[in-house]
Amino acid sequence: MNRYVLAAVLSASFALPLAAQTIFHRGAAGDPSSLDAHKTSTVVESDILLDMFEGLVTYDVKANVVPGVAESWTVSPDGLIYTFKLRDAKWSNGDPVVAADFVYSFRRLLNPATGAKYANILYTLKNAEKINKGQAKIEELGAKAVDAKTLELTLEFQAPYFVAQLAHQTGLPVHPASVEKHGADFTKAENFVSNGAYTLKSFVPNDKLVAVKNPHFREASTVKIDQVIFYPLEDRAAALRRFQAGEIHYYNDVPTDQMKFIKETLKDQFFVAPYLGTYYFAVNTAKKPFDDVRVRQALSMVIDREFLAEQIWAGTMIPAYGLVPPGIGNYGEPAEMAEKALSVIEREDKAKALLKAAGFGPDKPLKLQIRYNTSENHKNTSVALADMWKPLGVETTLVNSDLKSHYAILRDKGDYDVARAGWIADYSDPQNFLFLGEGGNGGLNYANYKNADFDALMKKASTQTDLKARAETLKQAETIILRDQPYIPLLFYGSKNLVSKKLEGFQTNVLDRHMSRYMAIKP
Amino acid sequence: MLAFVGRRLLTAAPTLLVIVTLAFFLIRAAPGGPFDMERPLDPQILANLKSYYGLDKSLFEQYLAYLGALLRGDLGPSFVLRDFSVAEILGKGLPVSIRIGGLAILLALLIGGALGIVAAFRQNSWADFSVIGLATLGITIPPFVVAPLLQIVFGLVLAWLPVGGWNDGAVRNTILPVLTLALPQIAVIARMIRASMIETLGAHHIRTLRAQGLSTATITQHALRGAVLPVVSYLGPAAAQLLTGSLVVETIFGLPGVGRYFIEGALNRDYTLVMGTVVLIAVFVLIFNTLVDIIYALLDPRVRHD
Repeated sequence: MNRYVLAAVLSASFALPLAAQTIFHRGAAGDPSSLDAHKTSTVVESDILLDMFEGLVTYDVKANVVPGVAESWTVSPDGLIYTFKLRDAKWSNGDPVVAADFVYSFRRLLNPATGAKYANILYTLKNAEKINKGQAKIEELGAKAVDAKTLELTLEFQAPYFVAQLAHQTGLPVHPASVEKHGADFTKAENFVSNGAYTLKSFVPNDKLVAVKNPHFREASTVKIDQVIFYPLEDRAAALRRFQAGEIHYYNDVPTDQMKFIKETLKDQFFVAPYLGTYYFAVNTAKKPFDDVRVRQALSMVIDREFLAEQIWAGTMIPAYGLVPPGIGNYGEPAEMAEKALSVIEREDKAKALLKAAGFGPDKPLKLQIRYNTSENHKNTSVALADMWKPLGVETTLVNSDLKSHYAILRDKGDYDVARAGWIADYSDPQNFLFLGEGGNGGLNYANYKNADFDALMKKASTQTDLKARAETLKQAETIILRDQPYIPLLFYGSKNLVSKKLEGFQTNVLDRHMSRYMAIKP
Repeated sequence: MLAFVGRRLLTAAPTLLVIVTLAFFLIRAAPGGPFDMERPLDPQILANLKSYYGLDKSLFEQYLAYLGALLRGDLGPSFVLRDFSVAEILGKGLPVSIRIGGLAILLALLIGGALGIVAAFRQNSWADFSVIGLATLGITIPPFVVAPLLQIVFGLVLAWLPVGGWNDGAVRNTILPVLTLALPQIAVIARMIRASMIETLGAHHIRTLRAQGLSTATITQHALRGAVLPVVSYLGPAAAQLLTGSLVVETIFGLPGVGRYFIEGALNRDYTLVMGTVVLIAVFVLIFNTLVDIIYALLDPRVRHD
C-alpha cells in the first residue's frame, strides 16, 4: 500500500513539469520484438533502440555513419585492427561508459546461449563465427579493452564496411551490471539502463512505448524533445487516419491503395525517397528448365518495371535494373542490365528468340509457378508478371502462403520455380546485397546460384583495401549476376514517411533512419 | 445445483486437455517456425535459438514439458515478444478486452433488447420494419467497414472523438470501439428478442394475463422471462468471444487487448502465445457455457426440475 501512496505522491509532484514537456507521438510499424538489441533484427526495433542506445558509431540526420561513443579510431595498415578512443559518455544511471562494456556486449551478442538472431552480422570480428557455433571460447573474441577509454577490435578478415556494421543495432552496448543482475528482465522499464538520448519509461505491447530524455546522455543539451511515445500501428489505413487527426506526428508507411489520396491531400507532409532495399523474384536455378540462363534472361527482360513501379506500387518504388540499389556507400554507379537500353518490342523479340533457343515455343509452352507471401501488393505484382510473360507463351500459375511458410519453403530449398523475396541493407555496402548470390551463402541464396567466377570476384573484393579497386571488382561481380539473372530484380524500395508540419528536423535518407534526438516539435 | 456445477467443472478438465493437445500439435504441423522471417537465419543461429527455447527436443517431450508447465500455471515465454512471458502479455491485455467487450455486451443487451420488445409489440408496423431493417444492416456490415467509417465520421470530419489509441483507458477512447463491437450484437439480439417475444406473446399464460387486463409493463415482464431464453444461450459463446477481444477492432483502433494475439500468434508461429490464447478462450467458453446452464435453470423451472 505504502508503495502506491509513494508512487501517487511522486507522480503528482511530477505532474507540473510534465505538462510543459514536448512530446513526440511517433507511429511505428509494430511492436519491438525485444528491447534487448542483441535479440532483435528488424527496423521496428532499430528505430526505438537507436533512440535509447548509442554504439561506438551512430547515424547523423542523413544516416551517414558518424562517431558515437567512440570519438575517433585508427586502423592498422593491414586493415585488421581497429582501435577506438572512447569519449566521456555515461549510462542513464550515471555510470561511465567504458571499453569493457563493449567487450561484454560483443561477447554477449556472439555467445550462443544468448540466442541472438542476427549475431552473424558481426562474424567480421575475429573468432566470432567459431564462438557463435560453439567451437571457440567467448574470451577468444577479437575485442579487448586496452584501458577504460581504449577499445581494440580485431577482425577475422578485411572488411571496409566494418565501421558501418557497428552502427547496426547489434553493435549497441548493454549495461553489463544490469544484465548480470536482472538477466533477461533487464529490458523491463524498472531495470532499464541505456546510454542513448532517451531511456525507457514504460512499454505495454500493442499500446505504447514511452521513452524519456536521458539526462546523462553525452549530448543531452542538444536533445529538444523530452518524451517520445512509440505507437505500434499495424493497420496502415488506421495509422493514416490517426496522422490526419493529428494524433501522431510521424509514421513510416502508407496504405499503397490510398496513394492517390495521400499525394493529393498530404502533399507537403508525405515524403518518398530511395531506400537501400531491393525487391526481387528468385529463380530456382537448381531446377530444370530454370537452370538454363536463356530462360531466366528471357523472363527478366520482358518485364515492364516502370509499370510495376508506377501502377502496381503507386510510385512508392523505383524500377530496378540491378541488384544493388543506387546511393549505396563504397560503390559508385551500380551495374545495370544490358537490356535496359532496348525498347519494349526489341526486348520481347529477343526474349522470344532466347526461349525458342531453349526449346520452348507455341507447341511447348514454358510452365512456371510463382510463389509469394500473402499480400495484396505481392499478388498484384505476380499477376502483372504473369501477364507480361504471356506474350512469350509462358503459362504461369500463382501460389501464395503466409510469410512464415513462404520463407520456410525458401530456406528449406523446397520445390519452387520463381519466388518473391526482398532484401533491405543492414549496412551501406554493395557486399551486403551481392552476397545473396555467393555459392556458400546457403540460407539466403534462394536461387541456389553457383558461379565460380562470381564467387572468385567476391572473394577478391573481400581482401582489397583500396576502396576504388574493390568497388570495381564488386561491379564486375554484379555484372555477372545480372547477366545470369538468378535473381530477377524488379524494384528498389522507397521509404514512405508521413511527417507532420509540427515535426522539425526530419530529413529523408537511404537507410530510412530517423533518430528522435535530431528532431523537434513546434508548439 | 451445486452438484450440477461440480459435474460441469469435472467434465471441463478433460475437455481442456483435448483442446490443448489438439492445438499443440496443429500449430506445430504448420510449416515454418517462430524464427523464420523475411531474412532467414544462419542455420547455426537457428540452432542456438531453438536450444534457447527448448525447441530442439522431440515434439512429444516438448508437449509433456508444456503440459507440466501449464499445470503449474506457467504459459511459457513468448517467441515473438521476447521481453514478455505469455502470462504477462495476456494479463496486461485481458482487462482491456474484458472492458471493451463487456461494455459492448451491456450496450447490445439494453438497446437490442429494447428494440426487440418494441418491434414485437408493434408487429408489422413501421417501427417493426425499421428495427428489422436496421438489424439486417447491422448484421451485414462487417466491423472492418464500420470501424473506419466511425473513425472518419467522428474522428476526422466531426473531430469529436479520438481516431484510435487506448490512452490509458480514457472513456473518449473506448466509445468508438465499443460501438463497433456492439452494433452487430444489437442487431442479433433485437431480432432474437423480437422473434421469441412474438412467440411468447401468443402463449396461453400471456393471453391469460392480457385477459385479466394487466398493464403492458407486467405483461412484458412475464413474457420476457420466456423470450430471453434463446438470447441467453446465444450470449454464452458470444460473451466468451467478445470478452476475449476482437482482432479487427483492436487492430484498427490500436487497443492493447488480447484479441490480436490468437491470429497474430498463429501467423508468427508464436507457439506459446497461440497456446496461451487457446487456453484462455477455452476457459472462457467453458465458464460461460456453465453460466448459461445455471441462468437457464434459474429462469426456466422445467430445466431446474429435470
